[in-house]
Amino acid sequence: MQVPAPFDYERATSVDDAISKLERLGEEARLVAGGHSLIPMMKLRLTDLEYLIDINDLHDELGYVRVGVDEVRIGAMTRHRELLESPELAAVFPIFADAEQVIADPVVRNRGTIGGSLCQADPSEDLTAVCTALDASCVIRSSSGERVVSMEDFHRGPYETAVGQAEILTEVRLPVRPGGSSAYAKVERRAGDWAVTSAGAAVWMTDGVITNARVGLAAVGPNTAGIPAISELMQGKPPSEELYAQAGELASAACNPSTDNRGTVEYKRHLADELTRRTLRTAVQRIEAGLAGDEGGNR
Amino acid sequence: MTALDKSVQEAAVEHEDLEHADNDKTPLGHGRMLRKEDPRFIRGMGRYVDDLQLNGMLHLAILRSPVAHANIVSIDVSAAQAHPKVKAVITGADLAAQGLAWMPTLSNDVQAVLATDRVRFQGQEVAFVVAEDRYSARDALELIDVEYDVLPPVVDVRKALAPDAEVIRTDLEGKKDNHCFDWETGDKDATEAVFAKADVVVKQDIVYPRVHPAPMETCGCVADYERVSGQLTLWTTSQAPHAHRTVYALVSGLPEHKIRVIAPDIGGGFGNKVPIYPGYVCAIVASLVIGKPVKWMEDRTENLVSTGFARDYVMQGEIAATKEGKILAIRTHVLADHGAFNGTAAPIKYPAGFFGVFTGSYDLEAAYCSMTAVYTNKAPGGVAYACSFRITEAVYLVERIVDCLAYELEMDPVELRKKNFIQPDQFPYTTKTGWVYDSGDYERAMDVALEMAGYDDLRREQEEKRAKGELMGIGVAFFTEAVGAGPRKDMDILGLGMADGSELRVHPTGKAVLRVSCMSQGQGHETTFAQIVAEEIGIPVADIQVVNGDTDQTPFGLGTYGSRSTPVSGAAAALVARKVRDKAQIIASGMLEVSVADLEWQKGSFQVKGDPGRSVTIQDIAMRAHGAGDLPEGIEGGLEAQICYNPSNLTYPFGAYICVVDIDPGTAEVKVRRFVAVDDCGTRINPMIIEGQVHGGLTDGIGMALMEMISFDEDGNCIAGSLMDYLIPTALETPHWETGHTVTPSPHHPIGAKGVGESATVGSPPAIVNAVVDALKPYGIRHADMPLTPSRVWDAMQGHPTPPI
Ligand SMILES: Cc1cc2nc3c(=O)[nH]c(=O)nc-3n(C[C@H](O)[C@H](O)[C@H](O)COP(=O)(O)OP(=O)(O)OC[C@H]3O[C@@H](n4cnc5c(N)ncnc54)[C@H](O)[C@@H]3O)c2cc1C
Repeated sequence: MQVPAPFDYERATSVDDAISKLERLGEEARLVAGGHSLIPMMKLRLTDLEYLIDINDLHDELGYVRVGVDEVRIGAMTRHRELLESPELAAVFPIFADAEQVIADPVVRNRGTIGGSLCQADPSEDLTAVCTALDASCVIRSSSGERVVSMEDFHRGPYETAVGQAEILTEVRLPVRPGGSSAYAKVERRAGDWAVTSAGAAVWMTDGVITNARVGLAAVGPNTAGIPAISELMQGKPPSEELYAQAGELASAACNPSTDNRGTVEYKRHLADELTRRTLRTAVQRIEAGLAGDEGGNR
Repeated sequence: MTALDKSVQEAAVEHEDLEHADNDKTPLGHGRMLRKEDPRFIRGMGRYVDDLQLNGMLHLAILRSPVAHANIVSIDVSAAQAHPKVKAVITGADLAAQGLAWMPTLSNDVQAVLATDRVRFQGQEVAFVVAEDRYSARDALELIDVEYDVLPPVVDVRKALAPDAEVIRTDLEGKKDNHCFDWETGDKDATEAVFAKADVVVKQDIVYPRVHPAPMETCGCVADYERVSGQLTLWTTSQAPHAHRTVYALVSGLPEHKIRVIAPDIGGGFGNKVPIYPGYVCAIVASLVIGKPVKWMEDRTENLVSTGFARDYVMQGEIAATKEGKILAIRTHVLADHGAFNGTAAPIKYPAGFFGVFTGSYDLEAAYCSMTAVYTNKAPGGVAYACSFRITEAVYLVERIVDCLAYELEMDPVELRKKNFIQPDQFPYTTKTGWVYDSGDYERAMDVALEMAGYDDLRREQEEKRAKGELMGIGVAFFTEAVGAGPRKDMDILGLGMADGSELRVHPTGKAVLRVSCMSQGQGHETTFAQIVAEEIGIPVADIQVVNGDTDQTPFGLGTYGSRSTPVSGAAAALVARKVRDKAQIIASGMLEVSVADLEWQKGSFQVKGDPGRSVTIQDIAMRAHGAGDLPEGIEGGLEAQICYNPSNLTYPFGAYICVVDIDPGTAEVKVRRFVAVDDCGTRINPMIIEGQVHGGLTDGIGMALMEMISFDEDGNCIAGSLMDYLIPTALETPHWETGHTVTPSPHHPIGAKGVGESATVGSPPAIVNAVVDALKPYGIRHADMPLTPSRVWDAMQGHPTPPI
């Protein structure tokens, strides 16, 4: 059994309570949501903290998926499993079900949260790529109020986000625009493993022409933010295998992976290309089939 | 349906039966039945070392080296000692003062219990803390200040003998290089002559990477030394409690009768729990010093980075054949990475384990192997990880190189194998490296596997898929194992002969207790061994208690590894039951007032020949043996016996495995679609337990073939120190296993049984790799090394398959 260093533990009763605890306890305090990133790091003694503020009681307040006409709002404490099992979410954004099926395993998904995933900002983490593809923005609250930042501004690099010390991520907002669909694909060495590389794509079309397309990659470099060149390339063109291939090449060139146990640089670049093509193709097929989503069955 | 001989049909039919078998049967002897131990495990009522809580028990944690190679300049423990909950902090210097800093390994080398002069691998034990609780012990480790003077590490096994390589074993007097040992087998000259005349010679470099047994339960112990009585009790994760006790006695100087080693339920061993680790010795020392019970349980990282690894062979294989596909000879040179200390667990005269069976299942003219073993700055070990002492490596080599030959000859791999099998009438067959295979009918097993797989249809499907650019592969492997070590004339571990004791006692009411020296780590011994006895003596399985794992309660024997339980202890159990039955027959003759020769045995009772009405049951006899009244002349009361079984030879199980894979051409991901495993382990005691063993081993094989590897960076840091980095397969990577069998009994084993615990681990990696390589044929690939992760398969598809180390 791996045992963490000593720490104190408190439970927050509300978002405001969590913020005031963070302010009171200072730099050495950390929030714990699902704990599936933080607790392993504590047990491996890779992180130094003195206070743990448990926000699981905030699930009532921050655990929700609200699908509106032009926006989907997801509370930060929404668990992976809730994202996986939400038909309303799959209907607008099938990319979530695609991704959630291949994030970790049921034990992790039962506890891990979208807020924790985004705030952990692990370079191999999948939901950042999903949110990037969907052009999400993040709601961050502190004692002085709320601010909303785009994914590009939220994700500052490996393990680094726009969330400050006494701040909490409360919500993720995803714009809903007509004629769109999305898809996610991941290559892993084994079920439950982190990605060798993954890619998420969202495409919007009008009258057979792509009006916007966005791609987010995971595990291929410090910065998994979107690839604007792909959007520029695809806008105003009808979908074709050639176009996917060009987008794949852009993805491959834009990323910056490193060689590790999961794979070589060359292979990961290849996957960035291959998975970009696959997800764009699937997203377009879903649009053409008249399905924004199919509850994740069309993987 | 293809033409199959009758026996094959029967075997195939039996296979179908198994699919619908009723596991709830309770046979009076051999047969399918649920495991007696499962209710305990399923309900979470197993009792493992870490469950043990003793009054006043303290906790031990080990400080390990963060670097692979360094001189220790200084160690300051004062801050740790000042921790309010710490009872003791011990360093290598403290142990050295007692002559306990070094201990023998299972291969006549020595290993540091705690480093004194230098550290030789990342994770090596440097000091330990004993504290009131586990958390404090761990916290105090961070208060120990060690200054290291870092040395260049030897990480690449191929460079270990380079003149400029840093010498690792400076502790060995006069040691000037990193050479560990040389070993050879077979006939070099004869092999050379055969190679010279062969039409075809195929050469292939083949690596079996370092892997880890990774049992679910890590290693640990509770040591309890009672100062007044001088008694040491050690609850420990041991696959060989008796051997461990003797070694502790020899090392510590404690008298052996004052040492009791207890292995309670063990959460998986796979060879990982054969060696004696420094942690056990530390816990014993701590209990001796403090006079309180001390618990040490390693965590997952400690288990992966410091305990016995397996494999790590870099092999050059060569095969010589005629152009028609008659294999003439196999030759190999092996570079073996033994880590910092040679901790290989194998009979002492076999430094390369049983690698000598690399001639496989084939009738050759000649064979030769030379091996060079070296030290590197990696964890010591070389354990029998479900490999029957390096047979995994041997079988992988031969089954891979035979496939390379098939590739070059453009011959079907099945046809090539069939052409070269040792034939049934050649048994007992002495191989060119001196192993005497006891029995076999290889072609029959292969035919059953081909039939189950629908081999011809699979090849047709493959052809269609290839035409469409899809990648489907069919891999075939055939293995013969040598298990059940072993005859005491040849085999010992640290001077202890590998014979096994067994004791059977029948109580007055006819219930029995069997005491065995082997040790279950999940193999189902409580069931299998009760069935062996039930078959011989007719007492219901439920009425037979099997006791193992406690040196005070069981006769001496060398434990469980290398699939030796059934071949050795299983034979002992059958023979001790027969001995009891012989006595029972004499008592029965008295009870029925006839001569012994007039009785015949009907499982469970003796009956007067020709007079079925006159009989006594084994239970009647048991009561009589303990009861009032006279017993026949010269017969003592009681119904029990003890024996020690010395096997005359190993047993040689074999099997034919066929694997079907699909590879995504875009991502290079490998999916094992089907796996057919036909095993022949001789007489089958409990088919369900055999299938369980096979399922586990096949899953293990998927792990090794596709994802597992203990890897290091160039500084010697182990980068597989967690189960997120060292991947073991899940249910999602495993297909529905299709198991079948044939039965070719061992002629020398009392009940004809052969070991099966490791067959599938041995046989499956080559089947899977052969399938992947077969799928990649369109890319002109003849070989690719494990682990075949998507990235490594993709490398192969790009024309540059790379060795993993
Ligand atoms: C075995 C395993 C496999 C995994 N595989 C994958 C995978 O394939 N793909 C993948 O994407 N992820 C994977 N994960 C990670 C998993 O998804 C985590 O649960 C997730 O990354 C973190 O979510 P959490 O709720 O558990 O966060 P926690 O561990 O509780 O917290 C993570 C960090 O975020 C901070 N935090 C949490 N919530 C908030 C908030 N609302 N506001 C501000 N800060 C906050 C915490 O302080 C902490 O620093 C895996 C995890 C494990 C254990």
